[in-house]
Amino acid sequence: MEALSKVEGRAIPFGRKNIDTDVIIPGHWLKTITREGLGAGAFEALRKDPENIFDSEAFSGSPILIAGDNFGCGSSREHAAWALLDLGIRAVIAPSFSDIFSGNAFKNGILTVAVPQDVIDRLMEVAQTDPISIDLETQTVTTPFQDRFTFELDEFRRHCLLNGLDEVGLTLMRDEQIAGYESKMANDRPWMAHGNGIAA
Amino acid sequence: MAKTLYEKIWNAHIVEQKDDGTCLIFIDRHLTHEVTSPQAFESLRMAGRKVRRPDLTLAVPDHNLPTTPRVDADGHRLPIEDAQSAAQLAALEKNVADFGIPYFDATAPEQGIVHVVGPEQGFSLPGATIVCGDSHTAAHGGLGALAFGIGSSETEHVLATQTLMLRQSKSMEVRVEGDLGPGVTAKDLILHIIGTIGTAGGTGHVIEYRGKVFEEMSIEARLTVCNMSIEAGARAGLIAPDETTFAYIKGRPMAPKGADWEAAVVYWRTLKTDDGAVFDKSVVIDASEIEPTVTWGTSPEDTVAIGGVVPHPESFADRSKQEAARASLEYMGLEPGQKIDSIEVQNIFIGSCTNSRIEDLRAAAEVLKGRKVHPNIKWGIIVPGSGLVKMQAEAEGLDKIFTEAGLEWREPGCSACLGMNPDKVPPGERSASTSNRNFVGRQGPGARTHLVSPAMAAAAAVTGRLADVRELVDEPA
Repeated sequence: MEALSKVEGRAIPFGRKNIDTDVIIPGHWLKTITREGLGAGAFEALRKDPENIFDSEAFSGSPILIAGDNFGCGSSREHAAWALLDLGIRAVIAPSFSDIFSGNAFKNGILTVAVPQDVIDRLMEVAQTDPISIDLETQTVTTPFQDRFTFELDEFRRHCLLNGLDEVGLTLMRDEQIAGYESKMANDRPWMAHGNGIAA
Repeated sequence: MAKTLYEKIWNAHIVEQKDDGTCLIFIDRHLTHEVTSPQAFESLRMAGRKVRRPDLTLAVPDHNLPTTPRVDADGHRLPIEDAQSAAQLAALEKNVADFGIPYFDATAPEQGIVHVVGPEQGFSLPGATIVCGDSHTAAHGGLGALAFGIGSSETEHVLATQTLMLRQSKSMEVRVEGDLGPGVTAKDLILHIIGTIGTAGGTGHVIEYRGKVFEEMSIEARLTVCNMSIEAGARAGLIAPDETTFAYIKGRPMAPKGADWEAAVVYWRTLKTDDGAVFDKSVVIDASEIEPTVTWGTSPEDTVAIGGVVPHPESFADRSKQEAARASLEYMGLEPGQKIDSIEVQNIFIGSCTNSRIEDLRAAAEVLKGRKVHPNIKWGIIVPGSGLVKMQAEAEGLDKIFTEAGLEWREPGCSACLGMNPDKVPPGERSASTSNRNFVGRQGPGARTHLVSPAMAAAAAVTGRLADVRELVDEPA
């Protein structure tokens, strides 16, 4: 994962609530075995409208997306995060995110910034004409008009994003602890430890 | 201190806890399929990593397999026409072989939808942590397991380490009081719950469903309820395991045997929320108010009783919900005030991880028996959740009831739930569907989905419109 400390640039003032991952990337795009090229299918139904915001001159290629409440609800497909990344988006700002989507975004180095609706309203206004800046070190969102909003993020996630750490690599270093748990489980709950009981 | 069921399962799986509260959680059971796993296996391969516990993973293709026959008259496997789908299936077959993962192939009698297969095989057990790269993994909570969907990076994490880095969710109680009326099913109940709390009502929470209604439910019905927890935003839903659960699991191929079984049941009996345990959030629902329920819009929270009307967007307090409702009605081609049971449908889909188990098929058959599909219906399919469900249904003669009524009887898979295999609803047409999502384009571009129970889908099939099943069945179950 690439290290991330700042995301700056134009923000797409999308603003819609309850955007599900089927809207972000429809099912028929899921027949791929790679992570690449999904930007073409991102928001496919909305982008059939020639006037859509994602392909507009002002916002095409913007690194930030501003959305409404409950962004990324529905399917667990990580293709949604890959599609956004392929579209050039490195941060999504919304009042709230679905649990699975925010995890998927984080694992792909996309920052999810949760701020209240009144902050969203202000950022939507600024985004029409001006860039927005997100600083992960200071956990702030700022605008050229002296707006300064703070946001919360898990310390572990922040640390991983800032340092570009690979979570699998980190956990593999805890092998001893995992082995310890496995042997304890074999003793306490042997019926779970036996696995599925069928030969591979 | 008194603990909730969720806390008990969580605590039993902590490998270690970091200072900021993030926990390394052991994963007891992992299910995987062809669509969300290829990138995870590829990452393992590129990093030279192994699968830590192949014995704790079970793979089965389901999402993009066509539901038409898979073998020819001589028993030879038929190729999949769609090149991408074929490549995805080939990738899964290579990955399970390379990494030594147990696998039910596309033609095995055990093949089916992951969330039907796990419980059916006894792979999914009470008190276990169960994950799969699919959000409807929540279903397994019907057995009293902590089960939730994960992305492909998390799939890789589980394959490599058999753990996940997680923060504990908040706990939420959905307590249902009273009894469900005749003809009102688990599907109607969960649709009503989602309609009440909204699609973000459970975000950040694990829901425990409590009350007599759930205690009296079959396991199939409990799986249906927990399956749709994700549509209320909750990553997982739970129902405490009880004697019904133990009876369901006993004797299944991968279930514990002998002394292990005895010890397991002793432990499983401790898996319930203690008296006095406190939930972060609590919602109470009156079961007697619930009628057969359908969706009118493009979010699972857009629910209405079958006797109701399409709502006016202005009737919602929230301005953004008003806008969403207007957009939904336009997409769905509906007018405010229109009677729900006047809405004509052209397509019927009975299947999906929500409603494709034997009990669901029996409920549909009860309505369809001796009846014919209405001329409005252009396409109607019944897709069993697994090969074993299919065999059971055929042994009971249900397939004959379906085909004599004029519906197609298919091979197991996810089918028309998600618009990524050949089973799709045409643009602008309506479906009465027993699946779980009525999102824009979910069943195919432009498809208009009304979520219903299996009995209500059958009622729609014979009337050609959304209809109250209670008017068709003399003595409802």
